[in-house]
Amino acid sequence: MNQIQASAETPIVLDATDVVKNYGARKALDHIDISIRAGELVALLGPNGAGKTTLFQLLTGLFVPDGGTIRIGDADIRRNAVPALAGIGVVFQQPTLDLDLTVIGNLRFHANLHGLNGREAGSRIDTELAKLKLTDRARDPARALSGGQRRRIELARALLHRPSLLLMDEPTVGLDPASRRDLLNHVVRLCDERKMAVLWATHLVDEADHADRVVVLHQGKVLKVGSPRQLVEETGAANLHDAFVGLTGPESD
Amino acid sequence: MRIDHAYLALKALTQREGVKFLQQKGRLFSAFVRPALWLFVFAVGFRGVYGVDAGEPYLQRSVNYEYYILPGLTCMVLLFSGMQSSLAMVYDREMGVMRLLLTAPLPRWYLLTAKLLSGTVLSVIQAYGFLLICLPFAWFTGLRVAFNDPLGWLYVFPALILTGMMLGALGLLLSVHIKQLENFAGTMNFVIFPMFFISPALFPLWYLQESGADLVYWIASVNPFTYGVQLVRYASEGQFYGLGAVVVCACTVGFLALAVVGYDPQRGFVKRGPKPA
Repeated sequence: MNQIQASAETPIVLDATDVVKNYGARKALDHIDISIRAGELVALLGPNGAGKTTLFQLLTGLFVPDGGTIRIGDADIRRNAVPALAGIGVVFQQPTLDLDLTVIGNLRFHANLHGLNGREAGSRIDTELAKLKLTDRARDPARALSGGQRRRIELARALLHRPSLLLMDEPTVGLDPASRRDLLNHVVRLCDERKMAVLWATHLVDEADHADRVVVLHQGKVLKVGSPRQLVEETGAANLHDAFVGLTGPESD
Repeated sequence: MRIDHAYLALKALTQREGVKFLQQKGRLFSAFVRPALWLFVFAVGFRGVYGVDAGEPYLQRSVNYEYYILPGLTCMVLLFSGMQSSLAMVYDREMGVMRLLLTAPLPRWYLLTAKLLSGTVLSVIQAYGFLLICLPFAWFTGLRVAFNDPLGWLYVFPALILTGMMLGALGLLLSVHIKQLENFAGTMNFVIFPMFFISPALFPLWYLQESGADLVYWIASVNPFTYGVQLVRYASEGQFYGLGAVVVCACTVGFLALAVVGYDPQRGFVKRGPKPA
């Protein structure tokens, strides 16, 4: 069984145990265990097809695992989905902004779906937009934003209801290097400031370098878990990139 | 589930439907032009050929054709609007917005019901919009394209809501099975057109019986749209069609229940997730 262990003595926010997901005969996820504590940034590093998106779909309740349990805080996502989902903020790999609505329209829609009333929603929207330096774009249609700005709006939206766990599924796909760096830095700050747990899926090794822990996922299995430094030391590689390629094979590069 | 949370979600969904509808000028235009064309081209042409011996709920022996098809065309607005909701669900799924909806911390049955209610509000507004458009034509052309009894406008309100909900629920159910927007043309051919044409929207069903088209008559008899049209037709004449109300309500509950099962990741038709890479 693959093990991903958190080390800090802080509350466990995500606890997934022995998770299995099959698509027909193919094992998309093979007995995965994950626990993430508050304030931890965990990078889920794997090549395309490793099972990252499948894991996210299970964590968000979009699909159900064939085996194992997933708990967000105290709530089992399968048996008690509503409180579990209330604790999650998600930035999906696929863009999910409604391009026909304005920025503020998108944020208000999400806020209402999460039960935030007008005044509270308005205040939080203002706060998040200011932090992401997008206040001046609030009235613009989402369609008019650049790719990087759309991603920042999706992040702002995911944070509106103050989740304890932020799930980000390859959020930097399609972004230029500067936008990637800004997004990552902002999330790192969020971990510190709000003590929020973050699971950041990526296939880009330089992003994983900023994480507290890295989980290397390949063909539905966890190959290695540890801090970036630990992974480098344990594999005897020169750096995290070489460690990742050494673990998953050159085609992952 | 908190009541205020449920209300906020319903409000958000309704506002979004409304904003998107108003932004889509083509959809707004076609919602009114489609039935209006039927009424002022098709009906006007046929009114010179014959009146309709429509039977119940009409009290007079012969009814002008344009007057006969008015409830049917109003239901046509509801039918297209319901299917449009289905299309919007498929579009949302392709655009990723559906994920946002399905990961909201509300029971999935409630999210789908709220989606249905918000779509129904839009459907009923469109139906009244069509009836309003008919009014000036009635005044200027002398065509009987307004209800006999002005109170008919009020009487049809619950009938339009019930029928709109039934067709919206059918749209939700179809959206479970329509995987891509490209498949929507199939919905047009295999759902919308048969439902509309094999119903009393354009002619009384006894015409079918009389002409010996027993199979078509039987299909029309089991077509839920038939009962929606008749419910609205009876209401427009200030009468209540009990069988229609029962069938429409039962179909609404049935379609919605199947849609909820379809969207349930543990039991539904979409539970398998993405195809393997």
